[in-house]
Amino acid sequence: MLKLEKISWKAEGGKDILQDVTFQIPENKFVVITGPNGGGKTTTAKLIAGLMPPTSGKITFQGKEITSLDATERAKAGIGYAFQQPVRFKGITVKELIEIATGHSLSENESCAILTEVGLCAKEYVNREVNDSLSGGEIKRIEIATVLARRSKLSVFDEPEAGIDLWSFTRLIEVFTKHREERQETMLVVSHQERLLEIADEIIVIANGRVSAQGSRDEILPGLFGEKRNCAPCPKKEIDGYE
Amino acid sequence: MNETTKALMKIVTGVEGDLEGAYNIREDSGCAARHSTELVKIESKTDQPGIDITIAPGAKESVFIPAFVTHGEITDLVYNDFFIGEGADITIIAGCGVHSDDHGDAVHNGIHRFFIGKDARVLYVEKHVGTGVGTGKRSINPVTEVEVGENGYMEMDTTQIKNVDSTVRTTNAVLLKGAKLVIRERLMTDGDQLAETNFRVEMNGEDSSVDLVSRSVARGNSKQTLYSNIEGNAKCSGHSECDAIIMDYATVNAVPGLLANNIDAALIHEAAIGKIAGEQIMKLKTLGLTEAEAEERIVNGFLK
Ligand SMILES: Nc1ncnc2c1ncn2[C@@H]1O[C@H](COP(=O)(O)OP(=O)(O)OP(=O)(O)O)[C@@H](O)[C@H]1O
Ligand SMILES: [Mg+2]
Repeated sequence: MLKLEKISWKAEGGKDILQDVTFQIPENKFVVITGPNGGGKTTTAKLIAGLMPPTSGKITFQGKEITSLDATERAKAGIGYAFQQPVRFKGITVKELIEIATGHSLSENESCAILTEVGLCAKEYVNREVNDSLSGGEIKRIEIATVLARRSKLSVFDEPEAGIDLWSFTRLIEVFTKHREERQETMLVVSHQERLLEIADEIIVIANGRVSAQGSRDEILPGLFGEKRNCAPCPKKEIDGYE
Repeated sequence: MNETTKALMKIVTGVEGDLEGAYNIREDSGCAARHSTELVKIESKTDQPGIDITIAPGAKESVFIPAFVTHGEITDLVYNDFFIGEGADITIIAGCGVHSDDHGDAVHNGIHRFFIGKDARVLYVEKHVGTGVGTGKRSINPVTEVEVGENGYMEMDTTQIKNVDSTVRTTNAVLLKGAKLVIRERLMTDGDQLAETNFRVEMNGEDSSVDLVSRSVARGNSKQTLYSNIEGNAKCSGHSECDAIIMDYATVNAVPGLLANNIDAALIHEAAIGKIAGEQIMKLKTLGLTEAEAEERIVNGFLK
């Protein structure tokens, strides 16, 4: 469904952040990108969402090249992206932001239903502004809700677990699974979380700006966690960036 | 009331058709309609243009006093005094529309004075707009003098977001013991417009407080200067927040001032001027808005 071919990105000043990143996300799969801090996962996610163009390489989505499309056009083509660091807005309410996401106005009940998916007791939040007064976990869950609300063909979530309590996180895993199974949405999640890695169909490891491993969960997971997972008989791949 | 007044009235106050309660409609320096009620008396001044509005103690009512300039070559000057009785609870809908379809300037200078009695509460809502396609300049220059009595409360909600070429807004307030003042100002300028706002609040009474929040957007080549001065002369608390979005080639000059003359005066000022954050535009783009739609949405929310 999504194909990155030899994607590179240089930061201003010329530093190479990503080099020759190549992978595919198959339709209706749950794929996790993982890897060490600063490895280039968020940069990859932003390039997929069109927040900036790659320096070189080609991105194809559902058979069409989208490399030169900007974020608006990619959103309209069916790509959603939940920011690692959610953005705050003075004067825009949670309900209004979700309405922007769905593209139409919503009743209080409809916005509540969407917020319930991320474990927010909705009535309390719908009319709050998306400003500094929301806690870290609250804004993170609202960010995720805006992306779920779009029901994109491909949704990219950048560290959805960050700052979220255990109960909400468990619920979120169920919601991701539901969106994929019932609505045929494809999920690409950037994560360090074992519980997300464990339900992944495929895992891509990005370290030092390159794809250092990719494959099915069974191929990749043992190499990530090494001996401590007591997984001696599993085939073990050597993975760069992990000692 | 002429047709332009009716159209402006709808924009400025949202009201169409028959008015209720106490009102005074000012049109091109004259009085187009007036009505007093038992507890709210509106009378013309005898020594200068304008009206005295006297609100009986304990009255709970709304008063409607918009002013309109409906063509060029008018410089309207008006003095309106409000005497608000003890314990009254009043909503005042003011506001002004200036219209010019010709080469003449349409100008409104309104000087409002408020004397707010003990324990009284006032909500003052004021929206300013300019309309018309003429080359004449549309100006609105309000001067507001407020004295809030013991344990009184005043909230001023003012908006000027369209088509006023030049404005100088002056607000001076004096707060007595336990008095509270809340100010919410929204301002947008575009093109070659000029705007200056001037707040000066003196907290003279013990336990008085002011909370002033000004949000503005400057676009095009417009220029804004925002002065806010808060003076604490007793045990009191003052907060002012001045937040501006700057776009295109506009300039914004925010000049905060805090003066504490008493060891128990707690005064805070926050000011921020900046362009729309790139990440805000990006977030809305990923939700399907174009860059222009995203900007519009952010500005409208900010000024809401
Ligand atoms: N605009 C930029 N200018 C310069 N360096 C950048 C820029 N954006 C990212 N980087 C650098 O690129 C590297 C990869 O960043 P990225 O955010 O993609 O990492 P990440 O894998 O998502 O890390 P984390 O797990 O900490 O979220 C980092 O070293 C980062 O400092
Ligand atoms: Mg990251």
